[in-house]
Amino acid sequence: MDFEDTSEEAAFRAEARAWIQANAPKHLEAELKRAGFASSGIESEDPLAAGKAWQKKKAEAGWACLNWPKEYGGGARSPIERVIWGQEEGIYGALSSPLIIGHGMCGPTVMAWASEDHKRRLLPPLASGEEIWCQLFSEPAGGSDLAGLRTSAVKAEDGSGDWIINGQKIWTSGAQYSQWGLLITRTNPDAPKHKGLTMFFLSMSTPGIEVRPIKQANGQSGFNEVYFTDVRIPDDQRLGAVGQGWEVSLTTLMNERLSIGSGMSTGFPELFEFCLEAEVDGRPAVDDSAVRSRLAQFAVKQSGLKYTGMRAITALSKGETPGPENSIGKLVAGATMQELAMFALDLQGQAGVVQDESSPMNARFQQILMRSPATRIEGGSDEILRNIIGERVLGLPGDIRVDKDVPFRDIPTSGRK
Amino acid sequence: MNLDFSDDQKQLQDQIRRYLTEKCTPAVVRSGLEGGEPFARDLYRGLAEMGVLGVAIPEAYGGVGLSHLELCLAAEELGRALAPVPVASSIYLAAEFLLQAGTEAQKKAWLPRLASGEAVGTFAFVEGQGRMTPDKIAAAVRDGRLTGAKSPVPDGDIADLAIVAARSGAGRGEMAISLFLVDLNGPGAARETLTSIDPTRSQARLVFDGAPAERLGGEGEGWAIASQVMDRAAILMAFEQVGGADRALEMARDYALDRMAFGRQIGSFQAIKHMLADMYVSATLARSNCYYGAWALASGSSELPVAAATARVSATQAFQHCAKNNIQVHGGMGFTWAFDCHLFYRRSNALALALGSLSTWEDLLIERLRGANTQAA
Repeated sequence: MDFEDTSEEAAFRAEARAWIQANAPKHLEAELKRAGFASSGIESEDPLAAGKAWQKKKAEAGWACLNWPKEYGGGARSPIERVIWGQEEGIYGALSSPLIIGHGMCGPTVMAWASEDHKRRLLPPLASGEEIWCQLFSEPAGGSDLAGLRTSAVKAEDGSGDWIINGQKIWTSGAQYSQWGLLITRTNPDAPKHKGLTMFFLSMSTPGIEVRPIKQANGQSGFNEVYFTDVRIPDDQRLGAVGQGWEVSLTTLMNERLSIGSGMSTGFPELFEFCLEAEVDGRPAVDDSAVRSRLAQFAVKQSGLKYTGMRAITALSKGETPGPENSIGKLVAGATMQELAMFALDLQGQAGVVQDESSPMNARFQQILMRSPATRIEGGSDEILRNIIGERVLGLPGDIRVDKDVPFRDIPTSGRK
Repeated sequence: MNLDFSDDQKQLQDQIRRYLTEKCTPAVVRSGLEGGEPFARDLYRGLAEMGVLGVAIPEAYGGVGLSHLELCLAAEELGRALAPVPVASSIYLAAEFLLQAGTEAQKKAWLPRLASGEAVGTFAFVEGQGRMTPDKIAAAVRDGRLTGAKSPVPDGDIADLAIVAARSGAGRGEMAISLFLVDLNGPGAARETLTSIDPTRSQARLVFDGAPAERLGGEGEGWAIASQVMDRAAILMAFEQVGGADRALEMARDYALDRMAFGRQIGSFQAIKHMLADMYVSATLARSNCYYGAWALASGSSELPVAAATARVSATQAFQHCAKNNIQVHGGMGFTWAFDCHLFYRRSNALALALGSLSTWEDLLIERLRGANTQAA
């Protein structure tokens, strides 16, 4: 038991640190450090341009998509080296947030299912940040129940083999600036729901696509609706066989949940700092026994996530696959940050309602309060994650389902019984 | 980066688990609960022969001379099996006190006997209700004689040796407290077994009336030594709690797979499934925090006080959470004497108080994080 690098890991860390030291956009450091929640927080320049510039620099020096093969624009490094890179990149990693979906989910799916020609065409510009990808999965009728999706792909009647897409996607992060999309569609409504799906990729500039931003509950607009009206795409943009879309999507979703060394922030360090400053009955809040009890609860969750992440890194370091304990990260972090934000506002008293420059810690807790409901839903809701833990980790049986082995078109939906 | 036990250590853990599965049957665990012996003597002797008791005690004092990492894993197994043996009192506490503060002669006199199981030790600390403070200690030593009462003392009814925190000398506050070795089979020491929520690990009231007492550690250093040793014991206790939490979760899982209601396995209902998932989350966070504690214990890190409180708070909650929901998943059968659910429920609530209650450790954790924060700044 130790927290030391092996000599190879230490050498890699030193190399990464030196390169970052010499090349990181230092002029953005201060902004990144006081960044708001869930964004790079860059205001002095366009955050997308800043992210792309940093990614390009990394790609040119071989630091982009470290675990991908070199021929696809990656660094051919081990999983543990990717983790070390992330630790060294630190706050600058937030610059790449517009690229995460492409690198973490779309890229691995393309790598697993696309033709060699397509991989060589699509992956290098994705790795270097020149082209951005979005994931066109969720729909108004299919979120947690993704396989309930209704966007249709129908063979064109002209015999070209092309597909004609009609329907609507929702909660698509980054659709407004993406060049490519990974799109799951229904190709056979007569088959049971999981068996009638097919996956494609397409250029977001294909005629018939319309992107509309969604104004979120916290006032920001990170997500979009994407409408497809008679969008035509060639058959060679299909990933996997017709009807194999569900299987292909699992590649994407598994990658989505495989965020190694998670250590997802809960906001605890900021809360602790705040409790050293804030007062309760004329004394520092941290001296109040009720405050201490709550703080301790948050502390052990934060610490538990951190060391759970380190156990996963340990497995990687030994060349093993991290165990299922890794699936708890977002479930714990999401709920914890929400409770923590409410507690921080409670300590601020009636002034906690204000969210402006006078609010403690740059209004960070107000931001967390207003953003955390989404964390508990996106990328697998708390309830879906509990099902996954229950069924895949603990081996409990699935729910009894009324939509299994029924032709999709016969399944009741909201407003149609 | 290596936050895991070695293959050799895991092999030892397997060996202990196999031994306990065979020897520490539900009948053995229940013996104390159903009027039998206050602890499982044969099991304790067997653990001593396997080297479990002396695993972290140096060979020079009759131990095996491995590390506290092995002891952490042994603790996990003892917790998992609900072993009705005084390992916590005798090894995590008494032996650890001797190792940390004993003179050569004291170590030589007692450690081999504790390691062999021939003698049982305990820590006699608490006097009455509420969080312990130096002011609450009335027991006092004058001219080498101890007078006063300690209650509750874990395993006090079966112990041969007590390490007693008592007033002595001219110091004030914490500095008024020193530690003493007292032979409980000697003159001036009386004991009675107390009725408790968990008779599988007994509690006693000890009354001293001029019992010969030999000081352990410096005069006025008792409180500080006790804090250090209780931190170390807290990490070991946390491993027991995680072992118990895991087993309670497994029992609940197995029952949810087995039990049919409304024409289906109850584990297919999300109300049950999500309860089990949350138990898994608690147990996993606690295990990870315990590994942090194990690292701090074995490496002698300055983070040990923070790591101990972290592991302790996390593991206390995980065991209580898993044990109470294990009963819930079992429904009415979980509340019968015949099912073992109540054994875990009893132990989880008893261990939650041993070494100081949850609120005490929460308070210590934040106090220590604050100290670490001040130092860093």
